[in-house]
Amino acid sequence: MKKGSLSIVLFLALVSVAVLSSFKSIQPAAADGYTIGDAATDFKLKNVDGKMVSLSDYKEAKGFIVIFTCNTCPYAVASEDRINALDTKYKPKGFPVIAINPNNPEVQPDDTFVKMQAKAKEKAFTFPYLYDESQSIYAKYGATKTPHVYLLQKEKGKYIVKYIGAIDDNVRDASAVKVPFLANAIDELLAGKEVSVKETKAIGCSVKQ
Amino acid sequence: MLSIFLLMLCIACGNNTKEETSVTASEEKKEETAAAPTEAGLIPIVDYDGLKPYLTKNNDSTYVVNFWATWCKPCIKEMPYFERIQAEYAKEKVQVVFVSLDFPDKINTQVIPFIEKNNIASKVILLDDNDANSWIPKVSKEWSGAIPATILYNAKERIFYERSFTYEELKKEVTSIL
Repeated sequence: MKKGSLSIVLFLALVSVAVLSSFKSIQPAAADGYTIGDAATDFKLKNVDGKMVSLSDYKEAKGFIVIFTCNTCPYAVASEDRINALDTKYKPKGFPVIAINPNNPEVQPDDTFVKMQAKAKEKAFTFPYLYDESQSIYAKYGATKTPHVYLLQKEKGKYIVKYIGAIDDNVRDASAVKVPFLANAIDELLAGKEVSVKETKAIGCSVKQ
Repeated sequence: MLSIFLLMLCIACGNNTKEETSVTASEEKKEETAAAPTEAGLIPIVDYDGLKPYLTKNNDSTYVVNFWATWCKPCIKEMPYFERIQAEYAKEKVQVVFVSLDFPDKINTQVIPFIEKNNIASKVILLDDNDANSWIPKVSKEWSGAIPATILYNAKERIFYERSFTYEELKKEVTSIL
């Protein structure tokens, strides 16, 4: 029932977006989303261990590396080791990784919750890997693809978006990275500075709606 | 009456046979052309500077440049629609270009077999440029980097789409700028 009413809401949202958009540039619903400085929503999503996870569970965290990712996209797969490394490095400093799979497994059969569990085990994910079952969170954030990173910093109880985009400038080859955009942004926040490169672009697999 | 009917049937049969032979012949030809991309250089591997000429032609043709990859399901689903547009609007000087974002080490194992298997007739190039953050905004400021994505342009108009298409939707967009 819940799923049904949600899909109706999503459908209506899509229709209204389609109607509102100009004739020649129909934007996907996810094109609306957070920009730098916005307060991001918390969520309560199921982790691969079966427990529900929210940002508010992390009382000590200074912020979060929220990454929309999935099991299948070659760009997501190429980033797995890097995401583990980021979590290992930045969790002790107060910025843990929270990974969220936004894909609809009916469209992308390899992105089921069971296969997420297998992926997390196989790659020994050090971070929670959550399932956006209602596909509502990725849409609120405005994630269009996997992987798609949102760096949040806690400010007065809010989760302020500080950086949106790619992990670094070379998805294909970690050893050839020249600029680690995300790590630089976190380092700047940790140093009390403003993030200098706030948004970057990368190729990714479109979120399967 | 009956004899006329039989005669007509016979003619029909004759025609059929002829058609069959000609179909076989053209299929053979098709196979030859389809096999051609395996020859080195027929899928050019380009960086952004090499891609740019495909995005900035200024002549009487209309270009439909589609960014795709063999692993991208919605991309593969819509490719036949682009092929159909290429075939049906050739007279109106519509040209489809498929820009593969497959990893370059997959060109022989994934890209070429895919093109051969699906008899892709449109131009295919492979973009090998790691610094996506630099070139994505040059393709379009509207592009988040998700694929499929398509640019439709001619001398008069230029429209960017980060979405997938049905045949009818694509036809509507293409004919709107012809």
